[in-house]
Amino acid sequence: MTNSEKFFQPLSPPPAIRLSRVNLSYEGSVLFHDLDLELPAGRVSVLLGPSGVGKSSLLRLIAGLEVVEGGGSVKFIVSGDQVSDRAVTPPAYMAQQDLLLPWLDALGNVILGQRLRSDTPDRSRARDLLARVGLDNYAHARPAALSGGMRQRVALARTLMEARATVLMDEPFSALDAVTRLRLQELATKLLRGRTILLVTHDPMEALRLGECIFIMSGRPAQLTEVPSPVGKTPRDPADVEFLTHHAELLSRLGAAEAGF
Amino acid sequence: MCYFRPLIIAAGLILLWQIIVWLTGAPHFILPAPADVAIAWWTNHMAILGHAGVTLLEITLGLLCGTILGVFSALVLAYFRPAQRWLLPVLVASQAVPVFALAPILVLWLGYGIASKVAMAVLIIYFPVAAGFFDGLRRTDPGWTDLARTMGASPWTMLLHIRIPAALPALASGLRVATAVAPIGAVVGEWVGSSAGLGYLMLHANGRLQADLMFAALFTLAIFAVLIYFVIDNALRRALPWQPDRSTLQKEE
Repeated sequence: MTNSEKFFQPLSPPPAIRLSRVNLSYEGSVLFHDLDLELPAGRVSVLLGPSGVGKSSLLRLIAGLEVVEGGGSVKFIVSGDQVSDRAVTPPAYMAQQDLLLPWLDALGNVILGQRLRSDTPDRSRARDLLARVGLDNYAHARPAALSGGMRQRVALARTLMEARATVLMDEPFSALDAVTRLRLQELATKLLRGRTILLVTHDPMEALRLGECIFIMSGRPAQLTEVPSPVGKTPRDPADVEFLTHHAELLSRLGAAEAGF
Repeated sequence: MCYFRPLIIAAGLILLWQIIVWLTGAPHFILPAPADVAIAWWTNHMAILGHAGVTLLEITLGLLCGTILGVFSALVLAYFRPAQRWLLPVLVASQAVPVFALAPILVLWLGYGIASKVAMAVLIIYFPVAAGFFDGLRRTDPGWTDLARTMGASPWTMLLHIRIPAALPALASGLRVATAVAPIGAVVGEWVGSSAGLGYLMLHANGRLQADLMFAALFTLAIFAVLIYFVIDNALRRALPWQPDRSTLQKEE
Protein backbone atom coordinates (compact mmCIF):
# COMPACT_ATOMS: atom_id res chain seq x y z
CA MET A 1 0.00 0.00 0.00
CA THR A 2 1.49 3.28 -1.04
CA ASN A 3 1.43 6.33 1.13
CA SER A 4 -1.21 8.10 -0.91
CA GLU A 5 -3.54 5.09 -0.73
CA LYS A 6 -3.18 4.96 3.03
CA PHE A 7 -4.29 8.56 3.03
CA PHE A 8 -7.73 7.55 1.81
CA GLN A 9 -8.25 4.70 4.24
CA PRO A 10 -10.73 4.99 7.12
CA LEU A 11 -9.51 5.89 10.57
CA SER A 12 -10.69 2.67 12.22
CA PRO A 13 -10.76 -0.99 11.04
CA PRO A 14 -13.99 -2.01 9.29
CA PRO A 15 -16.54 -3.54 11.65
CA ALA A 16 -18.96 -6.37 11.04
CA ILE A 17 -22.55 -5.26 11.53
CA ARG A 18 -24.92 -7.49 13.43
CA LEU A 19 -28.66 -6.88 13.58
CA SER A 20 -30.46 -9.04 16.07
CA ARG A 21 -34.22 -9.29 16.54
CA VAL A 22 -34.87 -5.95 14.96
CA ASN A 23 -38.48 -4.71 14.84
CA LEU A 24 -39.83 -1.79 12.88
CA SER A 25 -43.31 -0.75 11.83
CA TYR A 26 -44.27 1.96 9.46
CA GLU A 27 -47.74 3.52 9.46
CA GLY A 28 -49.29 0.59 11.26
CA SER A 29 -47.79 -2.15 9.13
CA VAL A 30 -44.98 -4.32 10.48
CA LEU A 31 -41.92 -4.01 8.24
CA PHE A 32 -39.51 -6.12 10.29
CA HIS A 33 -40.36 -8.67 12.94
CA ASP A 34 -37.36 -10.08 14.84
CA LEU A 35 -35.12 -9.64 11.82
CA ASP A 36 -31.53 -10.92 12.05
CA LEU A 37 -28.72 -10.01 9.70
CA GLU A 38 -24.94 -10.15 9.80
CA LEU A 39 -22.86 -8.10 7.38
CA PRO A 40 -19.23 -9.29 7.18
CA ALA A 41 -16.45 -6.84 7.98
CA GLY A 42 -14.69 -5.14 5.10
CA ARG A 43 -16.99 -6.56 2.44
CA VAL A 44 -19.60 -5.21 0.06
CA SER A 45 -23.02 -6.59 0.98
CA VAL A 46 -25.85 -5.93 -1.44
CA LEU A 47 -29.52 -5.80 -0.53
CA LEU A 48 -31.96 -6.48 -3.36
CA GLY A 49 -35.72 -6.64 -3.32
CA PRO A 50 -38.98 -5.24 -4.66
CA SER A 51 -39.62 -1.58 -4.01
CA GLY A 52 -41.49 -0.80 -0.80
CA VAL A 53 -40.28 -3.95 0.94
CA GLY A 54 -38.18 -1.98 3.44
CA LYS A 55 -34.65 -1.95 2.00
CA SER A 56 -34.18 1.74 2.66
CA SER A 57 -35.71 1.42 6.12
CA LEU A 58 -33.16 -1.26 7.02
CA LEU A 59 -30.38 1.01 5.79
CA ARG A 60 -31.76 3.95 7.75
CA LEU A 61 -31.96 1.74 10.83
CA ILE A 62 -28.26 0.91 10.56
CA ALA A 63 -27.46 4.57 9.87
CA GLY A 64 -29.22 5.49 13.11
CA LEU A 65 -31.89 7.50 11.32
CA GLU A 66 -34.65 5.18 12.57
CA VAL A 67 -34.99 4.00 16.13
CA VAL A 68 -34.97 0.24 16.76
CA GLU A 69 -38.22 -0.84 18.38
CA GLY A 70 -38.55 -3.40 21.14
CA GLY A 71 -35.53 -5.29 22.38
CA GLY A 72 -33.62 -5.53 19.10
CA SER A 73 -30.18 -4.12 18.51
CA VAL A 74 -27.75 -2.98 15.85
CA LYS A 75 -24.16 -3.75 16.83
CA PHE A 76 -20.87 -2.82 15.21
CA ILE A 77 -18.32 -5.54 15.92
CA VAL A 78 -14.77 -4.35 15.37
CA SER A 79 -12.70 -7.44 16.11
CA GLY A 80 -13.56 -10.59 18.01
CA ASP A 81 -16.01 -9.64 20.70
CA GLN A 82 -15.16 -5.98 20.85
CA VAL A 83 -18.53 -4.37 20.26
CA SER A 84 -18.87 -0.69 19.61
CA ASP A 85 -22.00 1.32 19.30
CA ARG A 86 -22.66 3.74 16.51
CA ALA A 87 -21.07 6.67 18.31
CA VAL A 88 -17.61 5.17 17.90
CA THR A 89 -17.86 4.10 14.27
CA PRO A 90 -20.75 6.01 12.75
CA PRO A 91 -21.50 4.92 9.19
CA ALA A 92 -21.29 7.29 6.24
CA TYR A 93 -24.43 7.59 4.15
CA MET A 94 -24.86 7.93 0.40
CA ALA A 95 -28.36 8.37 -0.99
CA GLN A 96 -29.95 8.09 -4.42
CA GLN A 97 -29.97 11.87 -4.68
CA ASP A 98 -26.50 13.33 -4.41
CA LEU A 99 -27.85 15.65 -1.64
CA LEU A 100 -25.32 18.32 -2.53
CA LEU A 101 -26.14 21.67 -0.96
CA PRO A 102 -26.80 24.04 -3.87
CA TRP A 103 -25.38 27.10 -2.09
CA LEU A 104 -21.95 25.51 -1.57
CA ASP A 105 -19.37 24.79 -4.27
CA ALA A 106 -17.98 21.27 -4.73
CA LEU A 107 -15.20 21.88 -2.20
CA GLY A 108 -17.65 23.30 0.35
CA ASN A 109 -19.83 20.23 -0.04
CA VAL A 110 -16.89 17.89 0.50
CA ILE A 111 -15.91 19.60 3.78
CA LEU A 112 -19.53 19.83 4.95
CA GLY A 113 -19.13 17.06 7.55
CA GLN A 114 -16.22 18.84 9.23
CA ARG A 115 -18.12 22.11 9.33
CA LEU A 116 -21.16 20.37 10.83
CA ARG A 117 -18.95 18.93 13.56
CA SER A 118 -17.30 22.36 14.06
CA ASP A 119 -13.91 20.84 13.11
CA THR A 120 -11.31 22.84 11.22
CA PRO A 121 -11.98 22.08 7.54
CA ASP A 122 -9.10 20.22 5.89
CA ARG A 123 -9.27 21.86 2.45
CA SER A 124 -6.13 20.28 1.02
CA ARG A 125 -7.43 16.78 1.76
CA ALA A 126 -10.77 17.75 0.22
CA ARG A 127 -8.94 18.94 -2.91
CA ASP A 128 -7.02 15.64 -3.08
CA LEU A 129 -10.26 13.71 -2.86
CA LEU A 130 -11.87 15.83 -5.58
CA ALA A 131 -8.83 15.08 -7.74
CA ARG A 132 -9.27 11.40 -6.89
CA VAL A 133 -12.81 11.41 -8.31
CA GLY A 134 -11.56 13.37 -11.33
CA LEU A 135 -12.99 16.76 -10.45
CA ASP A 136 -9.84 18.77 -9.64
CA ASN A 137 -10.94 21.54 -11.97
CA TYR A 138 -14.40 21.83 -10.48
CA ALA A 139 -13.60 22.59 -6.83
CA HIS A 140 -15.34 25.95 -7.06
CA ALA A 141 -18.25 24.92 -9.28
CA ARG A 142 -21.71 24.97 -7.74
CA PRO A 143 -23.79 21.77 -8.08
CA ALA A 144 -26.12 23.44 -10.60
CA ALA A 145 -23.16 23.71 -12.97
CA LEU A 146 -22.33 19.99 -12.72
CA SER A 147 -23.82 16.98 -14.54
CA GLY A 148 -25.60 14.20 -12.64
CA GLY A 149 -22.54 11.96 -12.81
CA MET A 150 -20.22 14.73 -11.61
CA ARG A 151 -22.56 15.54 -8.74
CA GLN A 152 -22.61 11.93 -7.58
CA ARG A 153 -18.79 11.94 -7.80
CA VAL A 154 -18.71 14.97 -5.49
CA ALA A 155 -20.99 13.00 -3.16
CA LEU A 156 -18.50 10.12 -3.31
CA ALA A 157 -15.65 12.49 -2.42
CA ARG A 158 -17.77 13.81 0.47
CA THR A 159 -18.31 10.22 1.67
CA LEU A 160 -14.56 9.48 1.46
CA MET A 161 -13.83 12.72 3.32
CA GLU A 162 -15.72 11.33 6.30
CA ALA A 163 -13.11 8.49 6.51
CA ARG A 164 -15.73 6.14 7.94
CA ALA A 165 -15.12 2.40 8.13
CA THR A 166 -18.76 1.71 7.23
CA VAL A 167 -20.57 3.11 4.22
CA LEU A 168 -24.29 2.73 3.66
CA MET A 169 -25.39 3.32 0.07
CA ASP A 170 -29.04 3.72 -0.87
CA GLU A 171 -29.20 3.25 -4.65
CA PRO A 172 -26.50 5.86 -5.22
CA PHE A 173 -26.09 5.07 -8.93
CA SER A 174 -29.70 4.51 -9.93
CA ALA A 175 -30.35 8.05 -11.19
CA LEU A 176 -27.42 7.93 -13.62
CA ASP A 177 -27.29 6.86 -17.25
CA ALA A 178 -25.81 3.43 -18.05
CA VAL A 179 -22.30 4.53 -19.03
CA THR A 180 -21.90 6.97 -16.13
CA ARG A 181 -23.26 4.32 -13.78
CA LEU A 182 -20.61 1.76 -14.84
CA ARG A 183 -17.81 4.32 -14.42
CA LEU A 184 -19.01 5.38 -10.99
CA GLN A 185 -19.47 1.78 -9.82
CA GLU A 186 -15.84 1.15 -10.76
CA LEU A 187 -14.59 4.31 -9.10
CA ALA A 188 -16.59 3.73 -5.92
CA THR A 189 -15.49 0.08 -5.64
CA LYS A 190 -11.87 1.10 -6.05
CA LEU A 191 -11.98 3.95 -3.56
CA LEU A 192 -14.17 2.28 -0.93
CA ARG A 193 -12.40 -1.10 -0.94
CA GLY A 194 -11.74 -2.51 2.51
CA ARG A 195 -14.71 -0.85 4.18
CA THR A 196 -17.88 -2.55 5.36
CA ILE A 197 -20.41 -1.53 2.77
CA LEU A 198 -24.13 -2.08 2.51
CA LEU A 199 -25.47 -1.24 -0.93
CA VAL A 200 -29.21 -1.13 -1.48
CA THR A 201 -30.21 -1.54 -5.12
CA HIS A 202 -33.02 -2.79 -7.33
CA ASP A 203 -30.65 -3.61 -10.17
CA PRO A 204 -29.52 -7.29 -10.19
CA MET A 205 -26.71 -6.40 -12.60
CA GLU A 206 -25.34 -3.89 -10.11
CA ALA A 207 -25.69 -6.42 -7.29
CA LEU A 208 -23.68 -9.03 -9.22
CA ARG A 209 -21.04 -6.54 -10.34
CA LEU A 210 -20.34 -5.17 -6.89
CA GLY A 211 -21.68 -7.61 -4.28
CA GLU A 212 -19.53 -9.96 -2.23
CA CYS A 213 -22.60 -11.02 -0.28
CA ILE A 214 -26.04 -10.69 -1.83
CA PHE A 215 -29.26 -10.65 0.17
CA ILE A 216 -32.79 -10.65 -1.19
CA MET A 217 -35.47 -9.05 0.93
CA SER A 218 -39.08 -10.07 0.44
CA GLY A 219 -42.47 -10.30 2.12
CA ARG A 220 -44.06 -8.42 4.97
CA PRO A 221 -42.76 -8.67 7.63
CA ALA A 222 -39.60 -8.83 5.53
CA GLN A 223 -37.48 -11.97 5.27
CA LEU A 224 -33.85 -12.01 4.15
CA THR A 225 -32.36 -14.73 1.97
CA GLU A 226 -28.69 -14.87 1.11
CA VAL A 227 -28.00 -15.91 -2.48
CA PRO A 228 -24.65 -17.12 -3.83
CA SER A 229 -22.64 -14.42 -5.54
CA PRO A 230 -20.23 -15.03 -8.41
CA VAL A 231 -16.59 -15.64 -7.55
CA GLY A 232 -13.90 -13.17 -8.54
CA LYS A 233 -12.84 -9.68 -7.74
CA THR A 234 -15.32 -6.81 -7.92
CA PRO A 235 -16.28 -4.93 -10.05
CA ARG A 236 -17.02 -8.02 -12.12
CA ASP A 237 -17.25 -8.14 -15.89
CA PRO A 238 -20.91 -8.41 -16.97
CA ALA A 239 -19.90 -10.20 -20.19
CA ASP A 240 -18.58 -13.23 -18.29
CA VAL A 241 -20.54 -16.50 -18.81
CA GLU A 242 -20.72 -17.27 -15.08
CA PHE A 243 -21.96 -13.75 -14.47
CA LEU A 244 -24.77 -14.22 -16.97
CA THR A 245 -25.83 -17.51 -15.38
CA HIS A 246 -25.97 -15.80 -12.01
CA HIS A 247 -27.89 -12.92 -13.52
CA ALA A 248 -30.58 -15.22 -14.90
CA GLU A 249 -30.88 -17.03 -11.58
CA LEU A 250 -31.04 -13.84 -9.58
CA LEU A 251 -33.72 -12.45 -11.87
CA SER A 252 -35.91 -15.51 -11.34
CA ARG A 253 -35.41 -15.30 -7.56
CA LEU A 254 -36.31 -11.62 -7.62
CA GLY A 255 -39.40 -12.41 -9.66
CA ALA A 256 -40.44 -14.91 -7.00
CA ALA A 257 -39.78 -12.35 -4.26
CA GLU A 258 -41.87 -9.79 -6.11
CA ALA A 259 -44.73 -12.28 -6.57
CA GLY A 260 -44.68 -13.15 -2.87
CA PHE A 261 -44.80 -9.50 -1.87
CA MET B 1 -35.48 46.69 -26.25
CA CYS B 2 -35.81 45.46 -22.72
CA TYR B 3 -34.93 48.91 -21.35
CA PHE B 4 -37.16 50.79 -23.76
CA ARG B 5 -40.32 48.82 -23.12
CA PRO B 6 -41.23 50.53 -19.79
CA LEU B 7 -40.62 53.92 -21.41
CA ILE B 8 -42.88 53.07 -24.33
CA ILE B 9 -45.60 51.84 -21.95
CA ALA B 10 -45.29 55.04 -19.87
CA ALA B 11 -45.46 57.22 -22.99
CA GLY B 12 -48.53 55.33 -24.18
CA LEU B 13 -50.30 55.76 -20.84
CA ILE B 14 -49.51 59.50 -20.72
CA LEU B 15 -50.87 59.87 -24.25
CA LEU B 16 -54.05 58.02 -23.27
CA TRP B 17 -54.40 60.27 -20.23
CA GLN B 18 -54.02 63.41 -22.39
CA ILE B 19 -56.64 62.09 -24.84
CA ILE B 20 -59.08 61.51 -21.97
CA VAL B 21 -58.49 65.08 -20.74
CA TRP B 22 -59.18 66.41 -24.26
CA LEU B 23 -62.25 64.27 -24.84
CA THR B 24 -63.95 64.82 -21.48
CA GLY B 25 -62.86 68.41 -20.99
CA ALA B 26 -62.64 67.74 -17.25
CA PRO B 27 -61.68 70.77 -15.15
CA HIS B 28 -58.05 70.76 -14.02
CA PHE B 29 -58.99 70.40 -10.32
CA ILE B 30 -60.67 67.06 -11.17
CA LEU B 31 -58.31 65.64 -13.76
CA PRO B 32 -55.23 67.73 -14.53
CA ALA B 33 -53.44 67.26 -17.85
CA PRO B 34 -50.02 65.56 -17.82
CA ALA B 35 -48.32 68.90 -18.55
CA ASP B 36 -50.03 70.55 -15.55
CA VAL B 37 -48.80 67.75 -13.30
CA ALA B 38 -45.26 68.09 -14.66
CA ILE B 39 -45.33 71.82 -14.00
CA ALA B 40 -46.73 71.30 -10.51
CA TRP B 41 -43.98 68.77 -9.84
CA TRP B 42 -41.29 71.14 -11.04
CA THR B 43 -42.54 74.18 -9.07
CA ASN B 44 -42.86 72.09 -5.89
CA HIS B 45 -40.04 69.65 -6.43
CA MET B 46 -38.12 70.62 -3.29
CA ALA B 47 -41.20 70.07 -1.10
CA ILE B 48 -42.14 66.84 -2.90
CA LEU B 49 -38.66 65.37 -2.59
CA GLY B 50 -38.50 66.42 1.06
CA HIS B 51 -41.78 64.62 1.80
CA ALA B 52 -40.65 61.68 -0.32
CA GLY B 53 -37.52 61.44 1.81
CA VAL B 54 -39.65 61.13 4.94
CA THR B 55 -41.81 58.40 3.39
CA LEU B 56 -38.72 56.60 2.10
CA LEU B 57 -37.18 56.69 5.58
CA GLU B 58 -40.40 55.25 7.08
CA ILE B 59 -40.46 52.45 4.51
CA THR B 60 -36.77 51.64 4.95
CA LEU B 61 -36.97 51.57 8.75
CA GLY B 62 -40.17 49.54 8.52
CA LEU B 63 -38.51 47.01 6.21
CA LEU B 64 -35.47 46.77 8.46
CA CYS B 65 -37.40 46.33 11.73
CA GLY B 66 -40.10 44.16 10.14
CA THR B 67 -37.51 41.84 8.61
CA ILE B 68 -35.50 41.50 11.83
CA LEU B 69 -38.68 40.84 13.81
CA GLY B 70 -40.05 38.42 11.19
CA VAL B 71 -36.80 36.43 10.93
CA PHE B 72 -36.52 36.23 14.70
CA SER B 73 -40.15 35.07 15.12
CA ALA B 74 -39.73 32.44 12.40
CA LEU B 75 -36.66 31.02 14.15
CA VAL B 76 -38.46 30.93 17.50
CA LEU B 77 -41.54 29.32 15.93
CA ALA B 78 -39.47 26.72 14.11
CA TYR B 79 -37.35 25.76 17.11
CA PHE B 80 -39.68 25.87 20.09
CA ARG B 81 -42.70 23.65 19.74
CA PRO B 82 -44.68 25.42 22.50
CA ALA B 83 -44.13 28.69 20.65
CA GLN B 84 -45.71 27.11 17.62
CA ARG B 85 -48.76 26.08 19.59
CA TRP B 86 -49.21 29.36 21.46
CA LEU B 87 -47.87 32.03 19.12
CA LEU B 88 -48.99 30.85 15.69
CA PRO B 89 -52.74 31.35 16.36
CA VAL B 90 -52.03 34.84 17.73
CA LEU B 91 -49.99 35.64 14.67
CA VAL B 92 -52.68 34.49 12.29
CA ALA B 93 -55.43 36.27 14.25
CA SER B 94 -53.42 39.49 14.21
CA GLN B 95 -53.52 39.36 10.43
CA ALA B 96 -57.31 39.14 10.47
CA VAL B 97 -57.47 42.71 11.86
CA PRO B 98 -57.06 45.15 8.97
CA VAL B 99 -53.94 47.24 9.50
CA PHE B 100 -55.94 50.29 8.41
CA ALA B 101 -58.14 49.88 11.46
CA LEU B 102 -55.10 49.97 13.69
CA ALA B 103 -53.68 53.16 12.18
CA PRO B 104 -55.62 55.62 14.40
CA ILE B 105 -54.64 53.68 17.53
CA LEU B 106 -50.98 53.67 16.54
CA VAL B 107 -51.07 57.41 15.86
CA LEU B 108 -52.74 57.90 19.24
CA TRP B 109 -50.04 55.88 21.00
CA LEU B 110 -46.96 56.79 19.02
CA GLY B 111 -47.80 60.32 17.96
CA TYR B 112 -47.82 62.27 14.72
CA GLY B 113 -44.12 61.69 14.08
CA ILE B 114 -42.36 59.01 12.11
CA ALA B 115 -42.70 56.27 14.79
CA SER B 116 -46.38 55.49 14.15
CA LYS B 117 -45.75 55.17 10.37
CA VAL B 118 -42.76 52.89 10.89
CA ALA B 119 -44.93 50.78 13.21
CA MET B 120 -47.61 50.57 10.51
CA ALA B 121 -45.04 49.50 7.92
CA VAL B 122 -43.61 46.93 10.34
CA LEU B 123 -47.08 45.46 10.94
CA ILE B 124 -47.57 45.01 7.20
CA ILE B 125 -44.05 43.72 6.46
CA TYR B 126 -43.74 41.40 9.45
CA PHE B 127 -46.24 38.74 8.38
CA PRO B 128 -45.00 37.84 4.88
CA VAL B 129 -41.42 37.76 6.15
CA ALA B 130 -42.18 35.62 9.20
CA ALA B 131 -44.54 33.29 7.33
CA GLY B 132 -42.17 32.86 4.38
CA PHE B 133 -39.09 32.15 6.48
CA PHE B 134 -40.98 29.85 8.87
CA ASP B 135 -42.27 27.86 5.91
CA GLY B 136 -38.76 27.62 4.51
CA LEU B 137 -37.36 26.44 7.85
CA ARG B 138 -40.02 23.76 8.13
CA ARG B 139 -39.52 22.45 4.63
CA THR B 140 -35.85 21.55 4.72
CA ASP B 141 -35.22 18.60 2.39
CA PRO B 142 -35.30 15.60 4.79
CA GLY B 143 -32.45 14.08 2.77
CA TRP B 144 -30.20 16.97 3.81
CA THR B 145 -31.07 16.71 7.48
CA ASP B 146 -30.58 12.90 7.37
CA LEU B 147 -27.17 13.37 5.78
CA ALA B 148 -26.23 16.01 8.35
CA ARG B 149 -27.30 13.71 11.18
CA THR B 150 -25.10 10.87 9.92
CA MET B 151 -22.26 13.40 9.76
CA GLY B 152 -22.71 14.17 13.45
CA ALA B 153 -24.26 17.64 13.19
CA SER B 154 -25.33 19.38 16.39
CA PRO B 155 -28.70 21.19 16.44
CA TRP B 156 -26.81 24.48 16.22
CA THR B 157 -24.63 23.57 13.20
CA MET B 158 -27.65 21.96 11.54
CA LEU B 159 -29.46 25.30 11.85
CA LEU B 160 -26.48 27.33 10.72
CA HIS B 161 -25.23 25.24 7.81
CA ILE B 162 -28.37 23.46 6.58
CA ARG B 163 -31.70 24.86 7.72
CA ILE B 164 -31.10 28.60 7.47
CA PRO B 165 -29.37 28.56 4.07
CA ALA B 166 -32.03 26.18 2.77
CA ALA B 167 -34.77 28.56 3.95
CA LEU B 168 -33.21 31.70 2.45
CA PRO B 169 -35.04 31.44 -0.90
CA ALA B 170 -38.37 31.28 0.98
CA LEU B 171 -37.31 34.27 3.09
CA ALA B 172 -36.41 36.11 -0.11
CA SER B 173 -39.88 35.60 -1.60
CA GLY B 174 -41.42 36.78 1.68
CA LEU B 175 -39.21 39.87 1.54
CA ARG B 176 -40.24 40.58 -2.06
CA VAL B 177 -43.92 40.52 -1.07
CA ALA B 178 -43.15 42.68 1.97
CA THR B 179 -41.30 45.23 -0.15
CA ALA B 180 -44.19 45.48 -2.55
CA VAL B 181 -46.70 46.22 0.25
CA ALA B 182 -44.44 48.28 2.54
CA PRO B 183 -45.45 51.70 1.08
CA ILE B 184 -49.10 50.95 1.98
CA GLY B 185 -48.26 50.94 5.67
CA ALA B 186 -46.32 54.19 5.56
CA VAL B 187 -48.89 56.08 3.45
CA VAL B 188 -51.91 54.90 5.47
CA GLY B 189 -50.11 56.03 8.60
CA GLU B 190 -49.51 59.43 7.04
CA TRP B 191 -53.16 59.78 6.02
CA VAL B 192 -54.39 59.19 9.54
CA GLY B 193 -52.21 61.78 11.17
CA SER B 194 -48.89 63.34 10.28
CA SER B 195 -47.15 66.54 9.32
CA ALA B 196 -44.79 65.15 6.68
CA GLY B 197 -44.53 62.48 4.00
CA LEU B 198 -46.05 61.94 0.56
CA GLY B 199 -49.31 60.66 2.04
CA TYR B 200 -49.63 63.87 4.05
CA LEU B 201 -48.80 65.96 0.97
CA MET B 202 -51.48 64.19 -1.09
CA LEU B 203 -54.13 64.68 1.59
CA HIS B 204 -53.11 68.33 2.00
CA ALA B 205 -53.21 69.01 -1.77
CA ASN B 206 -56.54 67.20 -2.06
CA GLY B 207 -58.08 69.42 0.59
CA ARG B 208 -57.08 72.52 -1.39
CA LEU B 209 -58.27 71.12 -4.72
CA GLN B 210 -54.67 71.03 -5.96
CA ALA B 211 -55.19 67.93 -8.05
CA ASP B 212 -52.04 68.57 -10.07
CA LEU B 213 -49.86 68.56 -6.93
CA MET B 214 -51.67 65.47 -5.66
CA PHE B 215 -50.93 63.63 -8.87
CA ALA B 216 -47.31 64.78 -8.76
CA ALA B 217 -46.97 63.33 -5.24
CA LEU B 218 -48.74 60.12 -6.31
CA PHE B 219 -46.36 59.57 -9.22
CA THR B 220 -43.36 60.27 -7.04
CA LEU B 221 -44.63 57.65 -4.59
CA ALA B 222 -45.15 55.12 -7.40
CA ILE B 223 -41.65 55.68 -8.77
CA PHE B 224 -40.08 55.37 -5.33
CA ALA B 225 -42.03 52.18 -4.59
CA VAL B 226 -40.89 50.61 -7.86
CA LEU B 227 -37.29 51.71 -7.19
CA ILE B 228 -37.28 50.14 -3.70
CA TYR B 229 -38.67 46.90 -5.10
CA PHE B 230 -36.07 46.91 -7.87
CA VAL B 231 -33.19 47.50 -5.44
CA ILE B 232 -34.34 44.79 -2.99
CA ASP B 233 -35.08 42.27 -5.76
CA ASN B 234 -31.66 42.86 -7.29
CA ALA B 235 -29.90 42.57 -3.94
CA LEU B 236 -31.71 39.28 -3.23
CA ARG B 237 -30.74 37.87 -6.60
CA ARG B 238 -27.12 38.74 -5.95
CA ALA B 239 -27.20 37.34 -2.42
CA LEU B 240 -28.70 34.00 -3.52
CA PRO B 241 -26.96 33.21 -6.80
CA TRP B 242 -27.56 29.46 -6.42
CA GLN B 243 -31.30 30.01 -6.66
CA PRO B 244 -31.91 30.21 -10.40
CA ASP B 245 -35.44 30.90 -11.60
CA ARG B 246 -35.60 27.47 -13.18
CA SER B 247 -34.73 25.54 -10.01
CA THR B 248 -38.13 23.88 -9.67
CA LEU B 249 -37.82 22.51 -13.18
CA GLN B 250 -34.37 21.16 -12.47
CA LYS B 251 -35.64 19.23 -9.51
CA GLU B 252 -38.21 17.45 -11.63
CA GLU B 253 -35.57 16.17 -14.05
